[in-house]
Amino acid sequence: ERNIRMPDSLTLKINGQSHTVEAEPDVPLLWVIREYLQMTGTKFGCGIAQCGACTVHVDGQPMRSCQLQVSRAVGREITTIEGIREDHPVKQAWIDIQVPQCGYCQSGQIMSAVALVEKNSNPSEDDIIQAMEGNLCRCGTYTRIKQAIYQAAEKVRNA
Amino acid sequence: MSSTIDRREFLTRAGLTLAIVATPSSLKVLALGPAATASEIFSPGPWLQITPDNQVTILLCKSEMGQGIHTAIPMIVADELEADWNQVRTEMAPVEAEYADPVINQHGTFGSMSMRNLYEPLRKLGAAGREILVEAAAKKWNVPVSQCEAIQGKVHHQPSNRTLSYGELVEEASALPVPENPRLKDKSEFKLMGTPVARRDIPAKVRGEAKYGIDTFVPGMLYGVVARPPTYGAKLISYDEQAAKQVDGVRHVVNFDRGIGICADTLQAAWKGRDALNSKWDRGVEPTLSTASIEKVLADGLDKPGREGRNDEGVPSALRQAHKRVLAEYFLPYLSHAIMEPMNATAHVQADQCEVWAPTQSQSGVQRAAAPIAGLEQAQIKVHTPYLGGGYGGRGATEGVKEAVALSKATGKPIKVLWTREEDIKYEAYRPGYAHRIEASLDQQGQVTSWTHKVVGGSARGPGGGGGLRNLQYQVPHIKSALVPVETIPTRPWRSPGGSHFGFTVESFMDELAHAANQDPVEFRLRHLEHDSRHHRLVEMVAEKAGWGKPLTRGEGRGIATFYSHGSYVSEVAEISVDRNTGVIKIHRIVCAADCGPVVNPDTLEAQMSGAITMGWSAALQEKVEFANGGVQSSNYSDYHLLRMSEAPEVEVHLMESDAKIGGGGEPSLPPIAPAVTNAIFAATGVRIRHLPLTPERVLEALRKG
Repeated sequence: ERNIRMPDSLTLKINGQSHTVEAEPDVPLLWVIREYLQMTGTKFGCGIAQCGACTVHVDGQPMRSCQLQVSRAVGREITTIEGIREDHPVKQAWIDIQVPQCGYCQSGQIMSAVALVEKNSNPSEDDIIQAMEGNLCRCGTYTRIKQAIYQAAEKVRNA
Repeated sequence: MSSTIDRREFLTRAGLTLAIVATPSSLKVLALGPAATASEIFSPGPWLQITPDNQVTILLCKSEMGQGIHTAIPMIVADELEADWNQVRTEMAPVEAEYADPVINQHGTFGSMSMRNLYEPLRKLGAAGREILVEAAAKKWNVPVSQCEAIQGKVHHQPSNRTLSYGELVEEASALPVPENPRLKDKSEFKLMGTPVARRDIPAKVRGEAKYGIDTFVPGMLYGVVARPPTYGAKLISYDEQAAKQVDGVRHVVNFDRGIGICADTLQAAWKGRDALNSKWDRGVEPTLSTASIEKVLADGLDKPGREGRNDEGVPSALRQAHKRVLAEYFLPYLSHAIMEPMNATAHVQADQCEVWAPTQSQSGVQRAAAPIAGLEQAQIKVHTPYLGGGYGGRGATEGVKEAVALSKATGKPIKVLWTREEDIKYEAYRPGYAHRIEASLDQQGQVTSWTHKVVGGSARGPGGGGGLRNLQYQVPHIKSALVPVETIPTRPWRSPGGSHFGFTVESFMDELAHAANQDPVEFRLRHLEHDSRHHRLVEMVAEKAGWGKPLTRGEGRGIATFYSHGSYVSEVAEISVDRNTGVIKIHRIVCAADCGPVVNPDTLEAQMSGAITMGWSAALQEKVEFANGGVQSSNYSDYHLLRMSEAPEVEVHLMESDAKIGGGGEPSLPPIAPAVTNAIFAATGVRIRHLPLTPERVLEALRKG
């Protein structure tokens, strides 16, 4: 049995559900989500907002969860990859286009893409690059990511 | 490859199981029972199990790191078995000798070998299963085998309109002898192979539910971090154990051969404990080591004799009689794998076994690394392989495993070791840096008469292992080669270990020779390839698809490169332009033609070709590990830049399918990309860049020098 000695009890709202967790207030949200609560879809890549693997939505905005202290996430709506519905046009397009290779960065890619198409359902290539430039993919799936975003955006447009 | 097939019956939770295993060796048929002795079990391939609940289970001896192997393997077996794709499931095979890749006799996923080693055994495995099931049905119905047919998981008897599912035939089939040479399907009969079957791992990856190594949680586990030498070979001077232990959540401080380990309830506590250690180290074995000092070692090596690779006696006279002689030197930097999922491993050492959860490309390597540390036999190391968040050769490394096992052994607790990005960049083993010098002679007709090639670097792995110093992909009568080994920095294979440097140097130099001979680069290559060979046809294909010789559509320069490695031929044409004010290279179009022999899944093969080109371009454009003060200076993605979306090339892939032996898919498209681009830069600007990466500063400098 683990004996975690941590001073603060915080309540986070993640994917519509309340989670109470003992954590130091300055722990980045990333670690609370994936190691404390074991919701592992959100990935650690760099810890300095250079790769985008840890992207979640906070009050609908894409954010790097490695940069947000958990105490600052209290009272806000946090959405992780697990909270994006399975039939969301972005997730569907990711499967249709067979985007992922290793898949490790793809939670972050999808979270950035969802934020984009929900704000702009007719993105230009420049819009896509601007929204996705912060998400690294070592396997080199960028071309398929672009294709999938065009497809998802079209679905959102026509919905 | 011939195949022996044996069979064993055993009970599982599902009841009686028909289990078949294919091995690539003699024709002897073994009758294995559950109590088979070790001598009867030799190098079998992945298992096929069919259970009475009509489930087909395929056990996998290969790691899934995005190459789609967990889909390709069952596709092959299921197709030959004539199973219904929906009744097929897969799981990782136990890491035991009998389940290993039968060609390399180990559990490992590297060298673009999965398809090359398993394609034939897997086909025979599935085909044997199909024949046994058909025979079982014929026997049960007491009808001729010729009247029975396997279709999609069932055996049909047309004359009497009877049908039995594979599950219903398990018991009957288990009693039958196994055919030695089952009939393989004709290509026209394939239902899965050659089609873009959707990858089985993708839905879970899109849902965020796929489990990677980093996602391992074991009850009672602690997090392990290690304070390691900051420079190469640095020795520990002092550390404050008490200060570390006073950090809330820190449970253990362990001094071991890799550094000082901190085991704690949380990563945060472990990191704080490591800071509190305040470990002091000496300056290491070579405090003056830096990028510049390493580059000097490489460059100086060009004037050393080195170890001889090949020394054809006709070289000196060919050089003497040359119509023209061409000499060039090329330089390539050290490269990081920079895998998105950082190094991690979880281990639990117990009295009689050690469990390891690791995103590894080498389960056998994990066993070899863990056993002596755990004080156990290799067979007692139980390796669990989750998904790998990238591999590219980097995940054959076992440093994380060694740390987790050592810390678990010392504390008795399960330990999860996770490196930060900074640790991952700093403490991993790199693709070596290289210097190459090539000299060739041309005759009056512009044919290459000799080729002298010296390589300075950490390892001169050629394409296909060592071949790079012995064989040239072109028809050149006289060859001389040598390696000057440089072993200062830890190195390990990086996607296309030999091809990533031989591809750049050989294909850059061929371009230089073509221009020296006043010939078109495509024509020049064709003249040095065997007429009508696969490689010759592929170069023609890429030239045609790219519109070689026609006016450029978007760029200002076009370059070609072609390279044979890992059993596959890949040719690429790049269309680029260069901003003469900023030195920024823009790729407009990459046309890739590949001949990997038979194609199992065209969609994943296309993805692999395109992905390796993108990774190769990332490296060629901007990747370089920097060293300073005796250690590594590069720290994170902020100073070790990977390609981002705005720089990613559009790649169009054309597959030239053939009936030749199947080739690899993960690596062979990487070698041609860098030279295709530098050759295109030459076409656009008349400037030859022989030094990677192609940073804007380097491009500008080259343009200035003209």
